[in-house]
Amino acid sequence: MASPSVYNGSGFDFSNVTRNSFLEGRGLPLPKATSTGTTIVGCVYRDGIVLGADTRATEGPIVADKNCEKIHYIADNIRCCGAGTAADTEFTTALIASNMEMHALSTGRKPRVVTAMTMLKQMLFRYQGHIGAALVLGGVDATGPQLFTIHPHGSTDKLPYVTMGSGSLAAMAVFESGWKPDMSREEALALVAAAISAGIFNDLGSGSNVDACVITATQTDFLRGFVKPNERVEKERRYVFKRGTTAWKKEEIKNLVVSETVVGHGEQMDVS
Amino acid sequence: MPDGSFAQQPQQRQFNPYTENGGTILAIAGADFTVIAGDTRQSEGYSIQTRYAPKVFRLTDRAVLAVNGFAADGNMFVKKVKQRLEWYRHAHAKDMPLRAIARLIQTMLYAQRFFPYYVYNILGGIEEDGSGAVYSFDPVGSYEREACRAAGAAQALVQPFLDNQIYFKNQMAAAGQSHPLHLPLSDVLAIVIDSFTSATERHIEVGDGLEMYVVLAKGRSSQGLDGLRGAQEISTTNDGDRVFVIRRELKKD
Amino acid sequence: MSIMQYNGGSVIAMVGKDCVAIASDLRLGVQSLSISANYQKIFPITDRIYVGLPGLGTDVTTLHEQFRYRVNMYTIKEEREIEPQTFAQLVSSTLYERRFGPYFIEPVVAGMQKLPTGGFAPFIAATDLIGCLNFAKDFVVAGTASEKLFGVAEGLWEPDLEAEDLFETISQTLLNAVDRDAFSGWGAVVHVITKDKVVTRTLKGRMD
Repeated sequence: MASPSVYNGSGFDFSNVTRNSFLEGRGLPLPKATSTGTTIVGCVYRDGIVLGADTRATEGPIVADKNCEKIHYIADNIRCCGAGTAADTEFTTALIASNMEMHALSTGRKPRVVTAMTMLKQMLFRYQGHIGAALVLGGVDATGPQLFTIHPHGSTDKLPYVTMGSGSLAAMAVFESGWKPDMSREEALALVAAAISAGIFNDLGSGSNVDACVITATQTDFLRGFVKPNERVEKERRYVFKRGTTAWKKEEIKNLVVSETVVGHGEQMDVS
Repeated sequence: MPDGSFAQQPQQRQFNPYTENGGTILAIAGADFTVIAGDTRQSEGYSIQTRYAPKVFRLTDRAVLAVNGFAADGNMFVKKVKQRLEWYRHAHAKDMPLRAIARLIQTMLYAQRFFPYYVYNILGGIEEDGSGAVYSFDPVGSYEREACRAAGAAQALVQPFLDNQIYFKNQMAAAGQSHPLHLPLSDVLAIVIDSFTSATERHIEVGDGLEMYVVLAKGRSSQGLDGLRGAQEISTTNDGDRVFVIRRELKKD
Repeated sequence: MSIMQYNGGSVIAMVGKDCVAIASDLRLGVQSLSISANYQKIFPITDRIYVGLPGLGTDVTTLHEQFRYRVNMYTIKEEREIEPQTFAQLVSSTLYERRFGPYFIEPVVAGMQKLPTGGFAPFIAATDLIGCLNFAKDFVVAGTASEKLFGVAEGLWEPDLEAEDLFETISQTLLNAVDRDAFSGWGAVVHVITKDKVVTRTLKGRMD
């Protein structure tokens, strides 16, 4: 008997490719996916790593999501910021997080950042840049604080402070002028917030809030909405319509609560 | 060659004379006033060139012009319109009427039919009969008088909102009542501000600052402006039509 | 003209106070030629989950069947109804599976999520055509009129609207947006989902 599985086999399904490239050949260009224009950064400080990200997701010039999460979980002591094609960063990091858990279970050790970095670069290299994920990977493991960038084609860098995404130049300008070795947690967080803010305010692809994540040898603090410099001001007017404003032709009401009335029937129980 | 081959191949180079500098403008006409507004961000690609580049200009005490598209063309066009209006003043000892400015702008735009000013114009002000008017143009001079119009990067976001709130499109009036033909100034200003804050939320090229020009018909009280923070009069006389400017901050991300 | 505009159509979902609403236009076209004014692109998944599938017509049908199959398999395996959050993840992974040969659909999910306390909480989500999820707390939009929908919704929406007020807000948002879009319109349908009932209304609007 076939098992009631919800899923197909693993891996990508290419069965629409022939159809889609035919359509493309007929002069209908393939649409573009949501991309995270993005400013993402990471920096090393005295006790570990601070990662930062903005929270804007765009589709061309339109803001698709004003408050998305770009700092992804890899392991308890490792996080990964994603820029580029939003779906790719989401699924690539989720896959590597899963594989890291399996790896940690099979080795019985706390996972290392280089392991995640190697898994990510090997996967991205295998897909020759077609998976559009640009990542900042950071964490603290047995070998100390580790910080990497991984480009969509699979190349990696290991540096004390890194930036990626369309706001990377704005953020790097802040790092280049403000970064120093052996910063305190507060100094590092302030610098990361300043770098992300530079991206938020000077790069149109980045916006809304600053998310931050501090990873030390003992704990990981995810600071969602660390700075919120772009709250919408109150509107000048309310736009609630008077009920009955919209004309409609037909109404169907589907009741989800089944009501039943119990009708007395048969002989009453003798309770005397 | 970049691909490592040594074969000589013909190469074509092209100069693109236009860029798109983002931003949005809008104008709404009332019974005896007109509001013309624009944001002040000027951008190219993902970069902000400046957070304060005006897109709305006072032409006379009864006409205000908003320009949006390619900023260099816009500035040059406004300069030339202003020059033509000055010549008119010297020749006739009065300001050109609004509908005449509209026709002038059409001929000036169409004169460049085969190398157009890459600009969408919205002209707002007061007609000779004292009514508020908005004229909107395409880059080669096709124009129309309307009650409201949005143009620029966030036109698609703002125009349907205006259809709903200004023209009451798709709204049934309450029994025995009808929708007003013109809204009071305070309501129009509120709708303009909310249009821009909404566009700022969802369009990356809109933001930084908002400039709203209000043109009041001759003899109209400044009702609707009185309670407003920082309304500044910029008209040259106070016995004719009058022009005010109101500035607001918009989000800078 | 991209494949996403070939058949036209738009969907929007909004959160209210203890309710959600999802609405779409009813047009099916072939480029600028309109074919049908009664093309439903919102489908019930469970009693309290609806999914809107704007995009290429052929993929609307294919994906709807795909989701029906997968939700049925889930229900049999788990012996319970799927929750909106779970269904959104199912939609997302179904689309990402075809990352390099996508379906040309941008799904919108709206539903009431069962809480551990026994109550229900409103839930909306949307994904792009390769399954990047967007959990918004206010509204989500998709389709050929998405820019217009974003603009109007950003102006009209406010928090904690009652079911009847949410109906007015989502209807006005949709109608005014599709009236400015050449590829959407020709009628509209709105579903308002509360914890104990679903109200479906067909709107009166411009048919041009």
